[in-house]
Amino acid sequence: MTTPVVLYEEEYGQLKHVITRLCADANAKFVFLVDKNGQQIAAHGEMLNLDTTSLASLTAGNVAATDGLAHLIGERGFPVLSHEGERDNLHISIVASRVILVVIFDERSSLGLVRLRVKRATAEMNGIFELIDSKLTRERDMGIAFDSPFAEITEEDIDALFS
Amino acid sequence: MTFINYASREINCKIVYYGPGLGGKTTNLQYIYDSTSAQAKGKLISLATETDRTLFFDFLPLDLGTVRGFKTRFHLYTVPGQVFYDASRKLILKGVDGVVFVADSQRERMDANVESLFNLELNLKQHGYDLIKMPYVLQLNKRDLPNVISPQELRSELIRKDEPVFEGVANKGVGVFDTLKAVAKQVLLELRKNSGG
Repeated sequence: MTTPVVLYEEEYGQLKHVITRLCADANAKFVFLVDKNGQQIAAHGEMLNLDTTSLASLTAGNVAATDGLAHLIGERGFPVLSHEGERDNLHISIVASRVILVVIFDERSSLGLVRLRVKRATAEMNGIFELIDSKLTRERDMGIAFDSPFAEITEEDIDALFS
Repeated sequence: MTFINYASREINCKIVYYGPGLGGKTTNLQYIYDSTSAQAKGKLISLATETDRTLFFDFLPLDLGTVRGFKTRFHLYTVPGQVFYDASRKLILKGVDGVVFVADSQRERMDANVESLFNLELNLKQHGYDLIKMPYVLQLNKRDLPNVISPQELRSELIRKDEPVFEGVANKGVGVFDTLKAVAKQVLLELRKNSGG
């Protein structure tokens, strides 16, 4: 098993701030950040009843399949995907090579505006993820062990989950 | 790959159900979905063909409860079992924390089981994983059919390490939750081991 991906509150707050601003600046309905393995990272918007778990999994699958297609034809990847619906549209882009940014927008916005705002937000988030990486590398180099909430878990704790 | 979100106090783990076509992977997930309370599950997503063969994946999020203040969620995936969907199987395996191999106990499917298991190890290796070192459970499904190989023979052909083995009849739920609990437990214990606990 590889080292878990960890998101601390400080970095989560920073990412949440960026996507909240993106949602407002792009006039979007919903902005969503997913890791490439299909795990939800952060979300903001007016679509309160949206099934974000399914959205995360399907988005990651979509991007993975598209990446597969890209490699087949000799491309490194397709970093931007756009889907136009009757009412709502999806803009999907890759951030820091491992996170997917999803923007859902309708006629109150435009693809051009979304692209413009996503570009700025992506640059900001790239910086945040670089900081996360360097923080983890620094801690690793200093021999600071990852403080997992599961370090003290017992078999009784696990059995209780299934009772 | 386990995802720990300190902000929302959630831990998400990924389990993939693997095996030959029509072996019972999707049936396992369907049974788990049908038997789980609404609060503990999300939507069952099935990307399938018109004839209900898995085309890309099935996905079921399960909320197992809280441990040490963290909501523990498992994301269950199945892969398409048909041989020619190998590219998709590779994608679904990315970030996996635990694997369930659903073997088809029927005599005529033995070769398919062996081929699928070999394929699993190969695809895991391409992602940098080693089946021998990761949480893994073997389910011998379809035990209710008349033309099945004995569990002993299946074990001798398919067992890879000292993984837990469960006999199953997935469409009746036999062995389904035992299998899930076993792999989930292994994943959580592995988390503890990796954090020095």
